[in-house]
Amino acid sequence: MLALLVAQNIAFYVIAALIVFGAIRVVTCKNLVHAALWLVLVLGGVAAQYILLAAEFVAITQVLVYLGAIIVLFLFGIMLTRSKTGTDTDLDHTGPKRVGAAIIGLLLFGLMGYALWDQYRDQEFGTLIVQRTAAVSDSIFSTYLLPFEVISVLLLAALIGAIVLARRD
Amino acid sequence: MLINQFLFLGAILFCIGVYGVLARRNLVLVLMSIELILNAVNINLVAFGAMWHATDPANLSGQVFALFVIAVAAAEVGVGLALVLMIYRNRQSIDADDVDLLKG
Amino acid sequence: MNLLDKVWIVPAIMATSFLLILFFGKRAGTKATAAIGIAAVSICLVFSVVVAGQWINRVNHPPTGAALAADIKQANGLTPQTPNEVGSEVNAATTDSGETVATGDAQPSTEAQATTESQATTESQATTESQSTAAEGEHETVPPVVRTVTWFEIGPIHFEAGTLLDGLAAMMLVTVCIISLLVHIYSTEYLHGDERFTHYYAFLSLFTASMLFYVLSSNTLQMLVGWELVGVCSFALIGHWWEEKKNTDAALKAFLTNRVGDMGLIIGVVITFFAAGATSFNVLHINEYALSGGANTTLLLVGALCLFGGVTSKSGQFPLHTWLPDAMAGPTPVSALIHAATMVVAGVYLIARLYAVFFQGLGIGSSSLHYVAFIGGFTTIMGGALAFVQTDLKKVLAYSTISQLGYMVMALGVGAWTAGVFHLFTHAFFKACLFLGAGSVSHACHHTFDMREMGGLRKHMKVTHITFLVATLALAGIVPLAGFWSKDEILAGAAQGQGGGAYTLMLVFGLITAFMTAAYMGRAYWMTFWGEYRGHGTPHESPKVITVPLAILASCAVVFGFLNFPTNFFGLEIPKGLTVRFEHYVQPTFAFPAVQAIDFRPVIAIISTLLAGAGLAAAYIYYERNKGPHGLTGRNRAARAGYTFLENKYYLDTLYTDIIAADTKGPLARAAYWFNQNVLDGIVDGAASVSKKVSVFVYRDVDQLVVDGVVNGTGLVSEESGQFLRRMQTGKVQQYAAILFAGVVVLAGVLVFVV
Repeated sequence: MLALLVAQNIAFYVIAALIVFGAIRVVTCKNLVHAALWLVLVLGGVAAQYILLAAEFVAITQVLVYLGAIIVLFLFGIMLTRSKTGTDTDLDHTGPKRVGAAIIGLLLFGLMGYALWDQYRDQEFGTLIVQRTAAVSDSIFSTYLLPFEVISVLLLAALIGAIVLARRD
Repeated sequence: MLINQFLFLGAILFCIGVYGVLARRNLVLVLMSIELILNAVNINLVAFGAMWHATDPANLSGQVFALFVIAVAAAEVGVGLALVLMIYRNRQSIDADDVDLLKG
Repeated sequence: MNLLDKVWIVPAIMATSFLLILFFGKRAGTKATAAIGIAAVSICLVFSVVVAGQWINRVNHPPTGAALAADIKQANGLTPQTPNEVGSEVNAATTDSGETVATGDAQPSTEAQATTESQATTESQATTESQSTAAEGEHETVPPVVRTVTWFEIGPIHFEAGTLLDGLAAMMLVTVCIISLLVHIYSTEYLHGDERFTHYYAFLSLFTASMLFYVLSSNTLQMLVGWELVGVCSFALIGHWWEEKKNTDAALKAFLTNRVGDMGLIIGVVITFFAAGATSFNVLHINEYALSGGANTTLLLVGALCLFGGVTSKSGQFPLHTWLPDAMAGPTPVSALIHAATMVVAGVYLIARLYAVFFQGLGIGSSSLHYVAFIGGFTTIMGGALAFVQTDLKKVLAYSTISQLGYMVMALGVGAWTAGVFHLFTHAFFKACLFLGAGSVSHACHHTFDMREMGGLRKHMKVTHITFLVATLALAGIVPLAGFWSKDEILAGAAQGQGGGAYTLMLVFGLITAFMTAAYMGRAYWMTFWGEYRGHGTPHESPKVITVPLAILASCAVVFGFLNFPTNFFGLEIPKGLTVRFEHYVQPTFAFPAVQAIDFRPVIAIISTLLAGAGLAAAYIYYERNKGPHGLTGRNRAARAGYTFLENKYYLDTLYTDIIAADTKGPLARAAYWFNQNVLDGIVDGAASVSKKVSVFVYRDVDQLVVDGVVNGTGLVSEESGQFLRRMQTGKVQQYAAILFAGVVVLAGVLVFVV
C-alpha cells in the first residue's frame, strides 16, 4: 500500500510541477504560439491528475475536448487574428499593471491557501474507488438529466452564436 | 494523498490564471488564462468528487460537474474567439487597451 | 271725554303734522303745507283750551277718597316715601290693593277705584282725615294727572314715559298753541315765496310738537328729550336762510352755547335721580323726595346748580346769553315763537317744574346762597344795558328778552313762584306781539331792521303802530296792562322774601331794570315810529294776515294781566272767586314747597310805575326831542370807553371765541398735527423703511447667498464628483477585472477571517 501511495505522491508532485511551470510559462511567454503550446502541457498535466484521482472518463474527456478541440481553436484564433509569430513584446501590460496583477494573485492565493489549510489540514483521501464510465453515464442520464439537456442547449446556442458572430457578410 | 495537494494545486493554477487575465494584453492570451482558471476549478471539483465517492459510491457528482464545466468552457472559448475575431475585423487590433470605447 | 288722561294726543297731532308736511309738503305745495300746519295747531289749541277747562274743573272739584289715593299713587309712580299723611295712607291703600302699575290709558284708574272701593269702609276714616289735613291750605291738594307707561325696570330703578298735567302744564299748552297758531298764520305772508317754505313749516310743526312734549313730560329724562329737540328745531330755524354765512354761524352759536349748558342739565338730571333715592326719574317723585328731607342736601344743592347750568344757556342768563342776540338772524316769526315766547322759557319752566329741588337745595327763603336770584337779577341789568347800544330793532327786542328772562329767573329765585310763571305767561304775548310788529315793520321797510333807516312809520302803518305801542307799554309795565301786574308781583316778591328777609339787592336790580326797560323800549319806539322816514320808498301797512295776529296779541297783552288780580289792591273789595285766579289754578299744590303768597305792595307798585313813566319820558326827551347830552361819547373818554364796552357786549364773545375756544383748540390742533406728522407718520415710515431693509437683507444675503448657494452647490458637487468619478470608467475590461478580483479578495477575506 505504501508503495502505491508513494508512487501516487511522486507522480502527483511531478505532474503538479509540470503544470505549474507550464502555467507560469503560459502567462509569461512572449511568444503567442509558445504560450498555446505551454497551455497544451498544462491541460495534459491536468488530465494526468484526473487519472490519479480515479476519474478516467473526465480525463479522457479533457484530452479529447481541451487538447483536441480547444487548443486547435486557439491556434485558429491566433492565426486568424494575424498575431505576430515569434516574440512579441506587446503581449503584456506595462510594469505597474503587472505588479498590481501579481499582488492580486498573491493575495488571492494567500487567502485561499489559508482557508484550505484551515479546513482540510491533513485530510487524506482514503481508498480511491474507480469511477466507472458506466456509472458516470448512469448518473448523467438519470440524476443530472436536466443539466445535461441544458448544457446541450447551451452548446447549441454557443454554436449558433459563434457562427453568427463570425460570419462574414 | 492529501486532499490539500490537489486543492492547493487548483489554487495555484487559479491564481496564475488570474494573473494572466489581468496582466496579458493580447485577448487570445486572456482567453487562455481563463482556460487555466477553469481547469483549476475542474481539479477542485474532481478532487472533491473523488473524496465523496470514497464514502458514497453512488455519488458521482464531482465528475459530472467537471464534465459540465468542460462543456461550458468549450462553448465559452468558441464564442469568445468569435468575439475576438469580430474585434480584430473591426478594429484591426486585439490589444485589450484598444477596446476601451465604453470609457467615460 | 276726559282729555286729562289722553293729553298726549296734543303733541301727537303736531308730530303727525310734521310728518305729513315732511313727506307730502313739497308735492302738495305751499298752500296745502300751511293749511296742514295751521289746521293741526288749531286743533291743538282747541284741545289745549279743553284741557285747561278740564283742569280748572278738576281744581274746582278735586278728587277725594279712593280716587285721590289712586291719583296720588299714579302721580308719583313707585315712590316709597311721601312726607305727609296723605302719602302714608296711600301706602296703606296700595299694599292692600295689590299691584296697580300705571298703563297708558284711563282704565287702571277706574280699576284702582273699583278695587279700592271694596275697602272704602276701612279707608273712609283715613280719607276724611286726609281731607281735613289737606284743607289746612287755601285749597285742597289736587294731584296732577299723571299717565305713564313703564319703559323698563332694572332692579329698583324704574324708567317710564308719560304725561304729567297740572295747571302749569295746561297754561303752557295754551300759551304755546296760541302763539304757534298766530306765528303759523303770520308766516304764510312773511315767508311768501321762500324756497324752503315747506321745510320751515315742517320745523315749525316739529318745534311745536317738541315744546308740547317737553311741557307735558312726567319725568326728567323725557324733559331732556324735549329740551334737546327744541334746541335742534331752533338750530334748523335760525339757519333757515343758510346761504348767508352769518345765519349758519348764528345757528351754530345757538346750538353750541346751548350744548355747554346742556352738560349741566344732564349732570343735574343724574344727580337729582341719585338724590331722590335712585329709583325713578319721575318729577313728582323727585320733588316729594326733596321736600321730605330724606334727600342728601349736598346732592340737592349740586343737582340744583347743575340744572341751573342748563337753564343758564337755554334761558339766556348771564354768562351763556350770547347766542340769543345772534339768533335774530332767523326769520322774525321764528324769533317771536322760539326766542321770545316758548323755547327760551323752557329753562324757566324747568325751575318751575322741579321747584322743590331748587327750593330745598338752594335754600330759597333762608339766609343762604341766593345764586339763582342773583344771576337772574344780574341778567336783567346786563341785558337791559346792552339794549341801549343796538341799532337793530330785533336785537333790542332780543336783549329785552334776556332782561325779562332774568326777571323770571329772579322771581323764582326769591321764592315768588307764581310771579315768575305769570310773567312768563304775559311776557310771551307782548314780546311775541313786539317781534311780529318788528317783522311787520321790516316787511314795509324792504326787509331791514336797522332803526336808523326807519322813522315816522306811525303815519303809514296804523295797526302795527298801535299794537306795538300797546306791547311796549305792557313791557314797560304801565298799569293796567299785563306787564305791570306780573312785573310788579316780582318786585313785591323780592321785597317780601320768603321769611328770611327781603332780597334788597334783587329789588334794586329789578327797579333799575324797570327804568331801563321803559327807556330802551321808548328809544326803539320813537326811533321807529316817530320822526321822519329815513329809508327810501314809501312804507305801507302789512296785509291782514300780519296785522290780525298783532291785534290778537295786543289784546291778550291788555286783558291777561287781570288773570292774577291781587287780593288786596289798594283796599279794593273784590269777590274771592275773581282774584288771583292764575295762582289758584296754576300753582301746584302737590309735591310743592310751601311758598308764601305774595301780597300786593302799593309802594312798590307806585315806584315801579313812576320809574317806567320816567324811562319813557327820558327816552322821549333824548331821542325824540334830541335834548340832553348828545355826542357825549365823542367828548368824554370814560363815556366812550363805556359805550365801546357795551358795544362789544362786555367782550364776552371775544372771551368765548378767541380766548377759550381758540386757546383750547389751537394747542390741541397743533399737538394733534405734531403727533400725526411725527409719531404716526414716523411709525408708518419707520415700518416701511425697516421692512425695506429687511427685504434687501433677505434678498441679498439669504436668498442670493445661502439659498442659491445651497442649490448651486449641490449641483456643483454633483458635477465635480461626476467629473472625478468619470475617470474611473476607462473602458478597459482588464481594469474592471482587476477591481473585481481585488473586491473578491476583500470579501473573501472578510468571509474567512471575520465571519
